Amino acid sequence: MTLDVAPKPNWFARIANPSQFLGWSRPLLWPLTILTVVLFAAGLYFAFLDSPPDYQMGDTVRIMYIHVPNAWLSQFVYGVMAVSALGSLIWRHPMADVSMKAAAPLGAVFTALALYTGSLWGRPTWGTFWEWDGRMTSTLVLLLIYLGLIALWRAFEDQLRAGRVVAVFTLIGAINIPIVKFSVDWWQTLHQPSSVITPNGPHMPASILTPLLVMMAAFTLLFVTLQIKSMHTEIRRRRLATLERQRAAAAEGAK
Amino acid sequence: MIDLGPHAVFIIWAYIGVTVAVVALTAWVVVSGRRVEARIAALEAQGVRRRAEKAS
Repeated sequence: MTLDVAPKPNWFARIANPSQFLGWSRPLLWPLTILTVVLFAAGLYFAFLDSPPDYQMGDTVRIMYIHVPNAWLSQFVYGVMAVSALGSLIWRHPMADVSMKAAAPLGAVFTALALYTGSLWGRPTWGTFWEWDGRMTSTLVLLLIYLGLIALWRAFEDQLRAGRVVAVFTLIGAINIPIVKFSVDWWQTLHQPSSVITPNGPHMPASILTPLLVMMAAFTLLFVTLQIKSMHTEIRRRRLATLERQRAAAAEGAK
Repeated sequence: MIDLGPHAVFIIWAYIGVTVAVVALTAWVVVSGRRVEARIAALEAQGVRRRAEKAS
């Protein structure tokens, strides 16, 4: 019996090999950018010109169209990082490290924006910018986890070793995601429970659901676009590090 | 201007904040990409190549 060990460019290799990844994902960037801009334009049109004020909270409902997408991304980006962490630890997937590192600052910004828009929405509707309730506190913890992981990446000169350590801590930090998700059901305080994905369908009329879904699509595509671009930069940054080591080695050899 | 009711200031600042952050994040991603490319180009101009590649 012989084992066929010749490398074949299967789907796994096309994602795992940095050059292959650059090759197929680079042409996607401009179409993704254009689609993101179009979706944002449509989303803003729906959010301000084609949706009514809410019958209870009036126009402040329009803050939801940027609050919910950022809150969704704060958790989704962490999900991407956690899957990448598994890819890094189990399969030693070379692009998984790159994806983990690229996603962290993006996730941190989306989480900060979820907290920022949430507090500006909370003041007029709840009467307070901040309350230490389950959802808000766990989201703040999520932001701190993102910042900690970014700091951890920067603490190591050797990015391969950093990748292993960050992957472990990313998976430990993932315990916070179900807490963020279910906090509104476990501790009923100020923050309302889910109203889009529920067993009985969305609890809102189409006129308010449409701008929300368009804005969620726009923000998600924004993340995908920035993530791919950041991964490109990270691949090239590693190439740069190799070149710099080589120059240093050549300079050493010339002595 | 659209009438945003009595709490317009909160809505406007929420959108301004998100816009500024999204633009800044996008700019940071683009600029860091360009900075890395420029440094690679500078090194390659000095003749530094990966071992796998033949020096030109």
